[in-house]
Amino acid sequence: MGLIKTVTEKPWERKGVIGGMVPEGTFAVAAERVALTFFLVIATVIFSLFMVSYYLRMELPDWEPLSEPAQLWFNTGLLIASSVLFQWSRNIVVRGDTRNLYTSFFGAGVLAILFIVAQMVTWNHLQAGGFYLSSNPAVAFYYLLTGVHALHLIGGLWVWSKCAIRLTAGGEPEEVRLSIQLCTIYWHFLLLVWIVLFAILANT
Amino acid sequence: MAYVPLADQDQDMEMHHPHSWVEKYVWSQDHKVIAIQYGGLAVLTGIVGLVLSLLFRMQLGFPESVNFVDPNFYYQAVTMHGMIMVVYFLTALFLGGFGNYMVPLMLGARDMVFPFLNMMSVWTFLISVIILMASFFVGGGPTGAGWTLYPPQTAMAGTPGHDAGIILMLVSLIVFVVAFTMGGLNYVVTILQYRCRGMTLMRMPLTIWGIFVATVLGLFAFPALLVACIMMLFDALLGTSFFMPAVLEAGTPLDFEGGSPILFQHLFWFFGHPEVYIVALPAFGLVSDVLSVHARKNIFGYRMMVWAIIAIGGLSFIVWAHHMYVSGMNPYFGFFFATTTLIIAVPTALKVYNWLLTLWEGDIRLNAPMYFAIGFIFTFIHGGLTGLFLGNVVIDLPLSDTYFVVAHFHLVMGVSPILVLYAALYHWYPKISGRMYNEALAKVHFWLTFLGAYAIYLPMHYLGFLGVPRRYYALGNTDFIPLSAQDLNSSITIAALIVGASQILFFINIIGSLKWGKKADPNPWGAASLEWQTPDTPPVHGNWGENLPTVYRWAYDYSVPGAAEDFIPQNMPESDVATAQDAKSSQGNEE
Repeated sequence: MGLIKTVTEKPWERKGVIGGMVPEGTFAVAAERVALTFFLVIATVIFSLFMVSYYLRMELPDWEPLSEPAQLWFNTGLLIASSVLFQWSRNIVVRGDTRNLYTSFFGAGVLAILFIVAQMVTWNHLQAGGFYLSSNPAVAFYYLLTGVHALHLIGGLWVWSKCAIRLTAGGEPEEVRLSIQLCTIYWHFLLLVWIVLFAILANT
Repeated sequence: MAYVPLADQDQDMEMHHPHSWVEKYVWSQDHKVIAIQYGGLAVLTGIVGLVLSLLFRMQLGFPESVNFVDPNFYYQAVTMHGMIMVVYFLTALFLGGFGNYMVPLMLGARDMVFPFLNMMSVWTFLISVIILMASFFVGGGPTGAGWTLYPPQTAMAGTPGHDAGIILMLVSLIVFVVAFTMGGLNYVVTILQYRCRGMTLMRMPLTIWGIFVATVLGLFAFPALLVACIMMLFDALLGTSFFMPAVLEAGTPLDFEGGSPILFQHLFWFFGHPEVYIVALPAFGLVSDVLSVHARKNIFGYRMMVWAIIAIGGLSFIVWAHHMYVSGMNPYFGFFFATTTLIIAVPTALKVYNWLLTLWEGDIRLNAPMYFAIGFIFTFIHGGLTGLFLGNVVIDLPLSDTYFVVAHFHLVMGVSPILVLYAALYHWYPKISGRMYNEALAKVHFWLTFLGAYAIYLPMHYLGFLGVPRRYYALGNTDFIPLSAQDLNSSITIAALIVGASQILFFINIIGSLKWGKKADPNPWGAASLEWQTPDTPPVHGNWGENLPTVYRWAYDYSVPGAAEDFIPQNMPESDVATAQDAKSSQGNEE
């Protein structure tokens, strides 16, 4: 059912129950998944607007490029590992399996926490090196962009922790399957955002 | 997870039935209670905005007549009036209030998809309103930077509220965006996923289409406000220079360097323009339904109305810089934005024609909601036509800083949506409260508001042509403005006071009718859409009793040829529709 076809239908001509049990135009997925999709679009808009602002601000004469600390490569590795583990736990619950679920699921969360800690350590290094928020717009953007990204990850960790509580309280993997599936998508999204951010920061 | 169709969820759907008064009316997860909480809070905030406007109008009409309205207070009142009315009143009332109330009822759902998130949304909104109102009580008072909050003057001494006021304003807006996002996700997902059996997208009432597209606009436009507020907050609190240029304050250079105020304007208006349609599109939808019901005719050109809503929504993202013609932009840039702006007139005009054609040869019932709906068509045409002037760069440049602009945007996005709000509130009042309002009082309220609004805003166009600048506390020595302009200003103020006071009639009516109003029929207007077909009036928690409704037709089967009744409810199967023939024969039997 294409969009054009949907909006060109003549509703005054068709009578009766259209589409049986499911009204036409409904996506055959869980409502949470639709909500997540919208949220990912919103987050994309937020990050895009920050990046557009970054590029526009960069053109002004007082911009002094910041050479990003090499530690960021290590941090990136942590986030990639976290995403991989999340994918692993997702595959396990989708199969209906439980073996290695704890390892992969908790590993993913711990690595994400480590990533945030590592980002903060990087902030401290920058501060120690005399790069403050107010010293230059490039530095300010570095703190701002990494901060907003970390905040999004913390939001994800909140859902992860709710899921973790349910698992440790003896909940069946079945109950948390949707949460884990959606978290995995969100984790991959944040990894992608981070890679784009890192690429932009490192190349300018 | 496998998809469970809504129709199969009758028994399974977990309802959070309230156990106590507090759970029922305070921490409620029922969309109808949340809608009233949202709407009530928005109206209370709106009253503050209204009173502020009357205070600064006193200064303009009768200079220095109110002793505490000094220049600082004047700017604070103008700023807060603008921000409150646009964001905390209209957006919250249309989407938080009507969105919450109408979406599940019109779609035949029991509630929103995420009731808990919905409850969080209204409480987060309350927090943002408290933060906003707190700025009246901090040292320096609320910000007086104008509702657009343009840097650099927002954060500089000389602007009232440049220290605490602006911080609270920015924080409040950030919290509002969070609240809106929680509510907005609920509306779009409910509309997409929780429609009842048979409710295809093209069978949805236009109210839902308006709310749907407006919510999508909001979800994608509010992030721009969020980004702008966060970066501005950094500038104001942490000494960054995202927006703040190198600038002198009373002769001393500040620590800022090289920021771009224009960047803020772009971000602000990338939010600000869609915001106009976030307010207008739900109004378009609601008024379409009111007109159709009271004209006893299907809405003219339903499909075109849907396409127009979508087209306006899409176009609204590529017109933002028409608010910035005076910022000294590249002429080609201005040309592009003037073109897109004028293109938006096409779907908008199409909607206006369709409203008029809906009335054409209709069996019009001049009830109070219909007065307001027809009044809206007038004010919207007048406000819209001046938009065609202002959309052109060469005409906008001399008029931009005059009262002509004030008149334009108040008619088109102040008076017009508010007339729709009244139309909708009177129209759905019997369903929401279970009582009828007082018709005569409502009509008096209409005439005072409608004629009063013209008495306020028509003369403002003329002041604009004279070159009377907006945003001025006092005119001072402006030789090119004749002294008689002051008389016009006085008359505008008197009209504003009358209109302001006449809104009390509305509150008397809706509050008094709760007690003394006639008990309302479940479907007093003979409307076909689902919200009028609930088993209880007002609808109870869960809306539909045992079984969810099934929809067999679109929402506009009015005066169908051959049918006995002049409307056929959406949930009536073809086989149950009584024909005029049936009606005659049953009459014959009785005789």
